[in-house]
Amino acid sequence: MSKKISPMSWRKGNGIAGRSWKGTNREYDLFKELTVGVVVVSLLVVAASAIFSSPDDHSVTLKSWATSQPGDFVVTANAELGGTSDTAGYGPPYNSTSGSTQTIGALDLQSLAGVKIPIDTSKDFVIDPLKTLPNPPAAIATWTAASSDEQAAWTLAYGKALDKAKNNNPSNVATGNYGPVPALTNSLLTMAKQGSLDSVLQSGGSFYNFNYTRSVLFLGDGAYLNNLASTLHLGGDQWGMMNETGNYPGQSWLWLFSAFYQVEPFKSLPNADLVVLMIVVALTVLLMLVPLIPGLRSLPKIIPIHRLIWRNYYKRR
Amino acid sequence: MHALLASVTGDVPTIYLGWGAFTIQLGNFIVIAVMVVLFVLALVLPFPAGRKRK
Amino acid sequence: MTSIVSPPTNEAPDSDEETASEGEFYTWTGKARRWMLKTLPPQKLLPQTQPSYVASWIYVFGMGAIASLAVIIVSGIILSLNGPSWWHISSLGHFVNSTHLWSVEFFFLFMVVHLWGKFWMASWRGGRLLTWITGVVSFAVSIAAAFTGYLLQTNFESEWVSFEAKDALNAAGIGAWFNVANVGQMFMWHITLLPIAVAAIVALHVLLVRVHGVVSPIDAAKTDTQLRDATFPDHHDTDLTGKTI
Repeated sequence: MSKKISPMSWRKGNGIAGRSWKGTNREYDLFKELTVGVVVVSLLVVAASAIFSSPDDHSVTLKSWATSQPGDFVVTANAELGGTSDTAGYGPPYNSTSGSTQTIGALDLQSLAGVKIPIDTSKDFVIDPLKTLPNPPAAIATWTAASSDEQAAWTLAYGKALDKAKNNNPSNVATGNYGPVPALTNSLLTMAKQGSLDSVLQSGGSFYNFNYTRSVLFLGDGAYLNNLASTLHLGGDQWGMMNETGNYPGQSWLWLFSAFYQVEPFKSLPNADLVVLMIVVALTVLLMLVPLIPGLRSLPKIIPIHRLIWRNYYKRR
Repeated sequence: MHALLASVTGDVPTIYLGWGAFTIQLGNFIVIAVMVVLFVLALVLPFPAGRKRK
Repeated sequence: MTSIVSPPTNEAPDSDEETASEGEFYTWTGKARRWMLKTLPPQKLLPQTQPSYVASWIYVFGMGAIASLAVIIVSGIILSLNGPSWWHISSLGHFVNSTHLWSVEFFFLFMVVHLWGKFWMASWRGGRLLTWITGVVSFAVSIAAAFTGYLLQTNFESEWVSFEAKDALNAAGIGAWFNVANVGQMFMWHITLLPIAVAAIVALHVLLVRVHGVVSPIDAAKTDTQLRDATFPDHHDTDLTGKTI
């Protein structure tokens, strides 16, 4: 006694769908269709490329940042020194700030990886690059000799002062107890404007280096990169994941992934990335398993679009 | 046509369509619209009858 | 260690000999060949006909996606010949980069319309679950391949995309291993690992379609004209009035 299999199931069953077709055939040339397809698509692609081309927005550098927005650069450099920047407080894989990871209840995948790409922002982004200068500032010694409490106090005070200063301009900062911090950040600013900070930070001392982690993180810690992206509608909450610069088509296939970041509650969640990622993965698995899901797999029968596709077949029954 | 060309090559500011949170960039909108149109056309356009054989 | 096998004593072609006696399949290779020929004989792999119900424009989108993939690969090869900076400094390079971008747009366009069609035709019926699954997997892997491509533009977009994408990957715990800011690593994923993965899954998907055949219409019945009137499996055609041509 066999169980009745739904005609919409994926199972082979005894139906016509599960058996090889013994009915009428029509001529069909696989290779010819493939050739026609490749020719047609090639023509479409060449036409689109010739007419529309493709975008190539020039990359920004620490130099372009320091030159066009020195105030923002100094604010960021101060935050890196003081360990208050986004990178400094990111947690794994860059460091181990407690409470920084994205979690769902007890699930903490971010911590599982551990600190695999260790970055000490004050050392790696500020002090070490300055040490490579032919005449390193004397302020370095003052900084390294100080206690961590002193260092935190200086950067906190300087950060507040920069905030209040006109145009965030370091020259307009009120006098105060900032220790060696202004000298360090100013030196870094000069180094950036000259272009040497880009190569020193990027190369990390080696001749060849294809790993841009430090440069990208430092750039991203400032408002400069983020503002440029916002202007181009590339921000996460601007459907940025889907967008391309200009009016070029972007990644429309990421519409659903991008959509979650536009709406509450996801938009303001501190663990938004983890939550949205899990949802999208779950939905993809769901899509894979549609043939197993009763109801969902019967939709094609309920909304009979197939009647249009196979109308000649149904007409001649 | 020239306006469309210019809008894609970047001489013209990027165009966004929509309301509030749901804005869509022009390029993406066109791609999605083309997909829907092609899908509908594929369903309704008649398909040529089979090749006659001698 | 090889064993001595005496040569065949007659001139009959291998295939007759092999199908005649099952005992002839004593090697892994032989057994594999037997399985392959049983599962996908040449007539099924490269047929000259399709069932008469394969008569709708919706059926061209799968082929369109494959054609686009071919253009993606060719344009990618030309870009590879010249290196990642070429398109910034050469107008021909920029043109080839454009063809690579537009062929990707067409690839996803055709693939998604193909997916829509296959859903409304319930193409998983009759034992075609793996065909459906490999299709969805192709979609997912293609998205990953396209994503790594954006990282290799070596321009502002690459900087921004790597900065943003790191968050989702770090949240999932794999960001340190799959480091989107490591251009060297992303390069190898994009031009080697992911194209191989896409090609392999697409090939499997297409072979499964050939093995199972194109799915028959929903509610097709044994009493239908197209099944009752069939006498030859090949070269048989009817016009729209049902008359045999």
